[in-house]
Amino acid sequence: MAAEQSTRPPIRWHIAVFLAPAVLIYTAIMILPLFNTLKLALYTDAQNAQVFIGLDNFRLLFGDERWSEQFWNALGNNVWFFIIHMLVQNPIGILLAALLSSPRLRMRAFYRTAIFIPTILSFVIAGFAWKLILSPLWGVAPNLLDFVGLKGLFQPWLGKEAYALTTLALISVWQFVGIPMMLIYAALLSIPDELLEAAECDGVTGMAQFWKIKLPLVLPAIGIISILTFVGNFNAFDLIYSTQGALAGPDFSTDILGTFLYRTFFGFQLQLGDPNLGAAIATAMFLIILIGVSIYLFGIQRRLRRYQF
Amino acid sequence: MTFKHMKLALLAATMLGSAGTAMAEDVTLTIESWRNDDLPIWQEKLIPAFEASHPGIKVKFAPSAPTEYNAVLNSKLEAGTAGDLITCRPFDASLSLYNKGQLVAIQDLPNMKNFGDVAKAAWSTDDGSATFCVPMASVIHGFIYNAEIFEELGLEAPKTVDAFFALLDKIKEDGSYIPMAMGAKDQWEAATMGYTNIGPNYWKGEEGRLALIKGEQKLTDEDWVEPFRQLAKWAPYLGDGYEAQAYPDSQNLFTLGRAAIFPAGSWEISIFNEQADFKMGAFPPPVQKEGDTCYISDHTDIGIGMNAKGPNQEAAKTFLNWVGSAEFASLYANSLPGFFSLSNETVEMEDPLAKEFVSWRESCKSTIRPAHQILSRGTPNLWNEMWNVSANVLRGAQTPEEAGETLQKGLASWYEPQKQ
Amino acid sequence: MNKARHSPVHSIAAHAILIAYTMIALFPVVVIVINAFKSRKAIFRAPLALPDKDSFSLIGFETVLQQGDFLLYFQNSLIVTVVSLFLVLLFGAMAAFALSEYRFRGNTLMGLYLALGIMIPIRLGTVAILQMMVASGLVNTRTALILVYTAQGLPLAIFILSEFMRQVSDDLKNAGRIDGLSEYRIFFRLVLPLVRPAMATVAVFTMIPIWNDLWFPLILAPAEETKTITLGAQVFIGQFVTNWNAVLAALSLAILPVLILYLIFSRQLIRGITSGAVK
Repeated sequence: MAAEQSTRPPIRWHIAVFLAPAVLIYTAIMILPLFNTLKLALYTDAQNAQVFIGLDNFRLLFGDERWSEQFWNALGNNVWFFIIHMLVQNPIGILLAALLSSPRLRMRAFYRTAIFIPTILSFVIAGFAWKLILSPLWGVAPNLLDFVGLKGLFQPWLGKEAYALTTLALISVWQFVGIPMMLIYAALLSIPDELLEAAECDGVTGMAQFWKIKLPLVLPAIGIISILTFVGNFNAFDLIYSTQGALAGPDFSTDILGTFLYRTFFGFQLQLGDPNLGAAIATAMFLIILIGVSIYLFGIQRRLRRYQF
Repeated sequence: MTFKHMKLALLAATMLGSAGTAMAEDVTLTIESWRNDDLPIWQEKLIPAFEASHPGIKVKFAPSAPTEYNAVLNSKLEAGTAGDLITCRPFDASLSLYNKGQLVAIQDLPNMKNFGDVAKAAWSTDDGSATFCVPMASVIHGFIYNAEIFEELGLEAPKTVDAFFALLDKIKEDGSYIPMAMGAKDQWEAATMGYTNIGPNYWKGEEGRLALIKGEQKLTDEDWVEPFRQLAKWAPYLGDGYEAQAYPDSQNLFTLGRAAIFPAGSWEISIFNEQADFKMGAFPPPVQKEGDTCYISDHTDIGIGMNAKGPNQEAAKTFLNWVGSAEFASLYANSLPGFFSLSNETVEMEDPLAKEFVSWRESCKSTIRPAHQILSRGTPNLWNEMWNVSANVLRGAQTPEEAGETLQKGLASWYEPQKQ
Repeated sequence: MNKARHSPVHSIAAHAILIAYTMIALFPVVVIVINAFKSRKAIFRAPLALPDKDSFSLIGFETVLQQGDFLLYFQNSLIVTVVSLFLVLLFGAMAAFALSEYRFRGNTLMGLYLALGIMIPIRLGTVAILQMMVASGLVNTRTALILVYTAQGLPLAIFILSEFMRQVSDDLKNAGRIDGLSEYRIFFRLVLPLVRPAMATVAVFTMIPIWNDLWFPLILAPAEETKTITLGAQVFIGQFVTNWNAVLAALSLAILPVLILYLIFSRQLIRGITSGAVK
């Protein structure tokens, strides 16, 4: 170290080489266009010319109850959407991954593939399948419930304010549970056998082994999944748009930030698109997500203990 | 626009009429549209007819999904990659394109004389000085019924509201069929086929619509709340779980013969003709008392205009002029029964159900949907709100009075003539 | 493999849970596939019934094959997806390696910058992207789509891969350095093979949104020659009538290639794990 103090360390060109292609493409095609759009939040359209108005769009968005009510409604719904994912999707994902990684399991490849299939589907097809299944008319869900003697439980879920959002969140969980499953599965498989064998020698097996040894080791992966779920949920849009329409019925009970943003930005029916206000909403969403990700990056990720194998 | 394209367009224009001598490269016009349902009709009937009489111009119909259309079109227009011809949504969506200089004023096309002011209103500036799309079609609302079920139960198309509910009661008592196929899930069904379908009989069509624009009537007035009350009374006659019934569900309920009546837009005619294997009839929205004047929602729905930055301006004008012709009106109305021509030229139609619908234009007074002109320019958007509250009323989540108040409060919050 | 004691009770319970969940996962898919082979009436009359003599119909597939060159659309989808995937994985892994391996000023900031892309939907930049493609003459080319999808896939890939790369043993890398391997060789020879499971996972995540995307093909490459399969299928979703036969047929057909790609990567995933040299 002492020697290095006199001469400046050589420029490590390889770092630049490793970063350059990704940074260039990403900056040119994603960041610049998005920045251009977000900039619109500070402008307004006056006779086809963009006029700078400072923070007025944000004042409108948060100060005028016609907009702020929609925003808070969407945010609240979004939080609930996220909570369902964290409570249902991630535990199921971990459970499935743990089962799949258990030694000597037969038909492992089959299960893994089958459970992942919904994730491959497009929203159109997932939306159609569930609309058909849950439809009160075509009888799939009512008949299935009848089969287990619970027909009384059937409700037109997608048409009831109290249930629609939760139902959609569960459909989304159904579709995306493959992602946490795969990530945790990969993390579990990379735990060295020696470690587990050592644990077994100490008599730590089965459930205890899972809780005491494996789970702490895959915590970084769970961290990633949580943050990906957070980001994904707060950007979600397609599923609700394709099953409930742009007005996110019934009575806006399934409106989340994504649908609110698209409706405002691109317009809908007689409502003209307003890129300026839309950009303001996008900026607000971006800040919410940025805060979440920063908490993770600076607060949580650094405290997670990582083990190198 | 490149010089080459310009030259081609000029060439093509000068060669019009001199069929047979066309040797230069053809000009190709691209039509942007949300009507991907119509793709086969354009490809098989309309475009061949045009190309046959206009050598040197080729036409390509390039539709996108209806839910994406406005967003896609606006992006393409901004960036300059949109097609030459633009299918126009009615009123403000197209007006804003014209104001941005993306659509061209076309009132001077010779065939625009074939359209009356009402037809042109949906695609004209507020003062009527400029028109930017050629009106293509309107849709008429009413009720379509399964004639075989009516015959089986000995029913007749109702004229008055009382007869209408008596009829629904009879079907319900019989129990073999769902009286009416309508759901609350896709909100627009409740708004367009519910509220604005039966409403004109209460707010007296154009009279009420214009009074609302002038600020002389309010959405909390009896004329505007009563249709909501009627709508609320429909609920017991709909299928189980109609709260979650989507529009395709309703269509299928009816075409599979499980429901007797379908509150409809005339566009259903061609779909039902293809999918239902029973005889159908239609009746206009029932009036309050025997002998009342009847009003129908005869809504201007589709027009077509040209991209101001399109490379083939002259050819595009030629095409638009053709769309204004009697030939197109007849071709279109007969290929798509249920999309009625807005042309003053008399159009002979063959489809009996379409004839029934269009005959109401003689016996009843026509109006358009009340939220479309001027009233949906602010926030909250009146038409979006009508979707939402109509579905709420149908689901029983809002009373008719509350629905009227919500609408009035929203409108009065930004529309000057409605502010006290 | 380890010699875990193995009680049959555990094994049965594990299978029971996995089978139950597999049924939940597959049931809607089965609904789609069986209905793709039925007539429209039969779809709604009895959505759960298997296609039989009366209800069996290939009308959906026929409509699809008539309405455009679906083989070409497949090819376009495949080229766009595979090339974008390759670029995302290569560039993403390189950048992730730089972020996780080296300490340099602005490392965390660069990490955050590269993660911004997952926080704002790229659709909002549509007009600017389209203008850029118009200016560079790339409208209606597969290149335009590949560029957009590469940019779109990078943030997530970098985010996940850098996390996994932090777990690669420093001793191994340092041993390589002592043997005189260049940083590039360390990356390509030592690190990449070790993160193959993660690469396979990222590949799967990246591939799906690209394959299923409707928006950018519609805006950037709507021409007949460059249409993707998902864009081809949307022709059947109409304003008032949706041709469910055709939509289901087109989308069922479209699932197949992704499924095959997925199977390839998932096999790679297993091989990557079992051949891991460090254990």
